[in-house]
Amino acid sequence: MPHTIAEKILMAHTGKKDIQPGEFVEARVDLALGNDITAPFAIEEFRKSGAKKVFDNKKIALVPDHFAPAKDLKSANQCRILADFAREQKIKNYFEIGCMGIEHALLPEMGLVSPGDLVIGADSHTCTYGALGAFATGVGSTDLARAFIDGKCWFRAPATIKFIYKGKPKPWVAGKDLILYTIGQIGVDGALEKVMEFSGPLMGKLSMDDRFTMSNMAIEAGGVTGLIEPDGITLRYIKEVSKFKSLKVPKLKFKNLKSDRDVQYEKIYEWDISKLEPQVACPHLPGNVKAVSGLGKIKLDQVVIGSCTNGRISDLRIAARLLKGKKVKAGLRLIIIPATQKIYLQAVKEGLAEIFVEAGGVFSTPTCGPCLGGHMGILTEGETCLATTNRNFIGRMGSPKSFVYLASPAVAAASAIKGRISHP
Amino acid sequence: MIIKGKVHKFGNDVNTDDIIAAKYLVSTDEKELGRHCMENIAPEFCSKVNKGDIIVAGKNFGCGSSREHAPRALKGCGIAAVIARSFAGIFFRNSINVGLPFLQLDETEKINDGDSLEIDLAGGIIKNLSQNQTYKTTPFPGFLQAIIKRGGLMNYIKNHSRRDCPRRYRTRLEIKGTVPTKRD
Repeated sequence: MPHTIAEKILMAHTGKKDIQPGEFVEARVDLALGNDITAPFAIEEFRKSGAKKVFDNKKIALVPDHFAPAKDLKSANQCRILADFAREQKIKNYFEIGCMGIEHALLPEMGLVSPGDLVIGADSHTCTYGALGAFATGVGSTDLARAFIDGKCWFRAPATIKFIYKGKPKPWVAGKDLILYTIGQIGVDGALEKVMEFSGPLMGKLSMDDRFTMSNMAIEAGGVTGLIEPDGITLRYIKEVSKFKSLKVPKLKFKNLKSDRDVQYEKIYEWDISKLEPQVACPHLPGNVKAVSGLGKIKLDQVVIGSCTNGRISDLRIAARLLKGKKVKAGLRLIIIPATQKIYLQAVKEGLAEIFVEAGGVFSTPTCGPCLGGHMGILTEGETCLATTNRNFIGRMGSPKSFVYLASPAVAAASAIKGRISHP
Repeated sequence: MIIKGKVHKFGNDVNTDDIIAAKYLVSTDEKELGRHCMENIAPEFCSKVNKGDIIVAGKNFGCGSSREHAPRALKGCGIAAVIARSFAGIFFRNSINVGLPFLQLDETEKINDGDSLEIDLAGGIIKNLSQNQTYKTTPFPGFLQAIIKRGGLMNYIKNHSRRDCPRRYRTRLEIKGTVPTKRD
């Protein structure tokens, strides 16, 4: 039987010889992730169950990143619950302020995810690790609690939709534009409960950072995960991060981590993107996507560059390239948030932080912060923000009467200088 | 189980930020979360809901974040069931796991805001008392029915037989009633 990458990974974690879409399976997970919003519920459920010890203290990651550094008393309490649980259970991968980062940038950077892994996280953007060729998906807190106990999770084996990208991208067109275009084409439920497999000649040329951006937003089309077949670029990345952490041996042979040639896809989309312009998702859905030039004049009060979607070092480099020697438009707030401590340090060493501060932006410690209306850049009534984040639902960044546009770091930096949404 | 209540109608793509905004995720109390349910898109919602009421919505209900606070907030403000054309994947699992009843129905557009419904959950039958109509929903697959029947995921795994549980996890499952007294 021919199988997709997703099916092969599920098979390797269930011991089954064959899995068909729609089938329910209970699989062992390689890593279970929780944060300061979702883990407290999971810990509560874990305790209620009467369980005393987690299944494996090396296969659990806890990252306080959403409201951390604690924005108020209640969030301080949430972070405390994580810290206490991590200490009590001797959780190896608990990342406190000072070594933390936004979870979906941090875990790959720490070498905690390998191709062929099965990862669950009580955070919808866990699908980010699909970029490494892992089956990674968001679950709820109770699912996480159950994984804490016996290391397992139930799945309904998803069908796969294949996306083929061809053509040479125009300047300033990056992973973010490809994924925004994709969601714009298929809609916010276009891949509901399906695996999105990103492929085609263009994928082989995309950097890991661009791939993470694409897989990160698979959930915005309803996707279970955004899988990318691992290749030389993946291997180089894995070798690079394994300098910091010893490389785990992938459970599946690397060369087997590809969908079989004669496999049945649910659907195949094929796009030539050589004429694609930078894309922008307009309020209030990530699927409400337009080309930047077709937007007209949209005045901005705030620009945010960061998040698990676009807070990586290459994102900051692009922003710095555009902001160097320039000033942010008077009256506009530019907030730049590196995704992890390592990216933060790199940005300081390369002089990017200096460029941002000189341009009149603020450069913050890693946090999810404004992306979900937590802290560090809440919008009030009538304000408009352009962000490199992943969601622009009503009230996502604060007031239900505010407006959020989503775009790439290049569009964000150019727009911060002009004071309105602009082509880089 | 029979649920009887009034309909609160919503459109397509109701997301988890709509159901419960992130600023309230500093609480794990269902009642407290329930007080802010749907605040961003329908500020009056919570004051209009009577215990036992039902939400009817279009496609992709519960899209967005993985926050389990969403189905818990709905329960907390008194919603007894959600009927939608389709559900987002993580919301779907969360609802099963926390025991919020929900049903998939293609003909949600026939139901109006304010209609009175009577739902037979076991049979998957919805009676619209206001319009004198009956709708049949798509039944859940057996695996999910087993979880629902046991009252959520945690109860389900507690009642898992010893045979289903790999040997190396058994000692760690120090849950009352999990370890049978005799060999099976």
